[in-house]
Amino acid sequence: MRWLFNLSFRHKIPLWTSFLIGLSIFVVGAALMTRAYRDMKAAVVISADNLGHTLANTVAPMLLHDDVWRAFEIVRSPIRAESARSPVQVDAVVVFGRDRRIFVSSHPESLPMLSEPAALGADWLALAAGLDAPTPVAWPLVIEPEGSSYLYLALPITDKDAQLGHLVLRYAKSVFHPWFVATTWQGLGLGLLVLAVLIPINWYWGSRMASPLVDLAQRMGMMMERPPEPLPPDLYPYHDELGQLFQAYDRMVLALREKAALESEVVRSERLAAIGQLTAGIAHEINNPLAGLITAVDTLKLRQDLDPRALRHLDLIDRGLMQIRDTVAALLVQTRVQARPLNQHDLDDVHTLIQPQVAKRRITLDWSATMPPELPAPASLVRQILINLLLNAVQAAAEGGHVSLRLGQKADSGSCLAIVVRNDGTLLSDEQLAHLFEPFASTRAGGHGLGLWVTYQIVTQLDGRISARNVDDQVEFVVNLPLGDAPCNTASA
Amino acid sequence: MNSITPLVLPNRNRRQWLFQAGCLTAAGLVGLAREPGATEKKIRVGMTPAFLHDQHGLLGEWRDFMADSLRRPVEFVQRDSYRETMDLLRLDKLEFAWVCDYPYLHLKDTVRLMAVPLYQGKPHYRSYLIVHKDTANVRSMADLQDSVFAYADPYSNTGYLAPRYEIRQLGRDPAGFFRKTFFTWSHRKVVEAVASGLARGGAVDSYIWETLAHVEPALVKRTRLVSRSPEYGFPPFVAHRSVAQAEFRQMQEHLLGTGNSEAGRRLLARLYLDGFTAGSPALYDGVAQMMRAFGES
Repeated sequence: MRWLFNLSFRHKIPLWTSFLIGLSIFVVGAALMTRAYRDMKAAVVISADNLGHTLANTVAPMLLHDDVWRAFEIVRSPIRAESARSPVQVDAVVVFGRDRRIFVSSHPESLPMLSEPAALGADWLALAAGLDAPTPVAWPLVIEPEGSSYLYLALPITDKDAQLGHLVLRYAKSVFHPWFVATTWQGLGLGLLVLAVLIPINWYWGSRMASPLVDLAQRMGMMMERPPEPLPPDLYPYHDELGQLFQAYDRMVLALREKAALESEVVRSERLAAIGQLTAGIAHEINNPLAGLITAVDTLKLRQDLDPRALRHLDLIDRGLMQIRDTVAALLVQTRVQARPLNQHDLDDVHTLIQPQVAKRRITLDWSATMPPELPAPASLVRQILINLLLNAVQAAAEGGHVSLRLGQKADSGSCLAIVVRNDGTLLSDEQLAHLFEPFASTRAGGHGLGLWVTYQIVTQLDGRISARNVDDQVEFVVNLPLGDAPCNTASA
Repeated sequence: MNSITPLVLPNRNRRQWLFQAGCLTAAGLVGLAREPGATEKKIRVGMTPAFLHDQHGLLGEWRDFMADSLRRPVEFVQRDSYRETMDLLRLDKLEFAWVCDYPYLHLKDTVRLMAVPLYQGKPHYRSYLIVHKDTANVRSMADLQDSVFAYADPYSNTGYLAPRYEIRQLGRDPAGFFRKTFFTWSHRKVVEAVASGLARGGAVDSYIWETLAHVEPALVKRTRLVSRSPEYGFPPFVAHRSVAQAEFRQMQEHLLGTGNSEAGRRLLARLYLDGFTAGSPALYDGVAQMMRAFGES
């Protein structure tokens, strides 16, 4: 039995509803049948009452004058041939005299004249007992003797006030049965017709309701293995409990995705921070002996007694040390400099500075910067960020490509400076995106891979945020820098 | 004398009879309006259950035949009991009538014998004692003691007088011999009463029983003939004593000559009769003897 409850809703809903439809049809049918049987009996009693009154009135003078033959003709008149019988067709008519013997009957062979009820069987005894009941009888007296296949209806035969006897009508219940069976079959046929119409509708509706559920169950079952996918939007476009369930699922899927994105962001930040700490440590350890080396080389170069070959080697060492210093300086981003606020001239300078590179690569530059005359942001650092991002974009863009800059205070809060730089170069792969801000992660031949690292360090040290993504077939870098003490809204611009 | 008005019964046959009688009357009236002899007095003939008087088609044919032959309009007056026809004769509302022999003797002062039908070549018939076909062990009237018995009509010879006489011959009182008796008001219905089992036995006109065996064999087959009575004079055609001699003669000659024409012979065949004879009152001495036995004159 348990397997029945373990069935898929796809089958269970139609099965259960079909079962319920069948059950209701059966119950309603049975109730109607019972009602029909009672109604038929009531119809028989009404018809019998009418017939009985007519016969009782007509037969009364015959009983009074002891005219057996005419009474016989009267009681015979409603009797029809066996084949012409309907449920309301009387089976036999009997007239009892005052002495409770048969005066005349429609079937003298089985119900002979002058017979007493005792000689006729249990039915007639029960009937006589009903007629003899001490309490006043309500006419017509309807008697259905126990175990009998007949229904009896009795009426008094009176002339003026004198009671002359009783008229008894007998109805065969066996005649009811074929009629009843026919009605039952008719009802059954109708029920089957209703079932034939309802069940396909029911199966369609059931599977229509079950299939989104089945879909949902499958997705939820696989949630552990891979990130869940949202349901197709047209799967169940209604707002009942099922619709609400699907909406809740979709919200959950969205939340899970955001959480996963956040987690990977946190992992990346932590990695970058660790790398930053490591590089800063190394840089400091290198810087100290490096300063000594450079000083020593400078001192050596001041000596006059050096042969040109040694001098050449010294120059070589000097240049190498300078390269190390530059590299280390680049790794060791210093933001704790006394800074003046950013003004419009800084932007103009940046624009001027990158112009040669833009012109060389025939890039179209879309420059859109709106700011008040002064903003409380460290001017030199913002300039470095802008130059790094713009040069990076100009290099990344295709020859004759397109680069855009948008700069301004964020619309939702004036306390945040937003910088958005886009280029239409090759899009970044997921792998590249994951390691974009790490040192020496250059994507470009000839780049040392420290530009974005430095930018990242500056932004991070200023409590800002930087992110990169592919959008509208362009690569976009977004930087948000706080203009006061409050951190920026983390949502991307 | 008080005439007994028959109760109108919700009986199909009777309704049909009334309807057809109405049609016949209407047809007769149309005939009167057409024929030259229409002004002549209509002859009224009383028809009784002495024969199968509810064969309406036959009656219509017979009436037309009679009217053609007599060149006068004829009306058949049917009543369901002998008593009613006897009353009509006494009240001078009939010129002629076909009555049972017993009423004829009752009405001897009012009517005269005109013709006697010939049945199986003789102006005689009998009373038959019949029982239901399944009634075993009944070989004579004596075996029917204390049972339900059906008489035809209190003025019927074969259906009332003869069986009672037979009981009397057994040395018993007919009034207490049976458990219960009733009248069916016609011989045919005696057969029906016995066939249906309403009565255990019944007394019936031999002519009617045998004719019914041809007309309705299924009904007669459900009865069994137990015994035959001696022969009695056949139910006669009588004329009211007020009927003029010429008219009496004309009618008598018409009846006696029925077998002379093809139509007449066809009619006789349908009546299961062989013809008519003038007959004589002496034919009915047997009936008169039985009447005397019951103190009737």
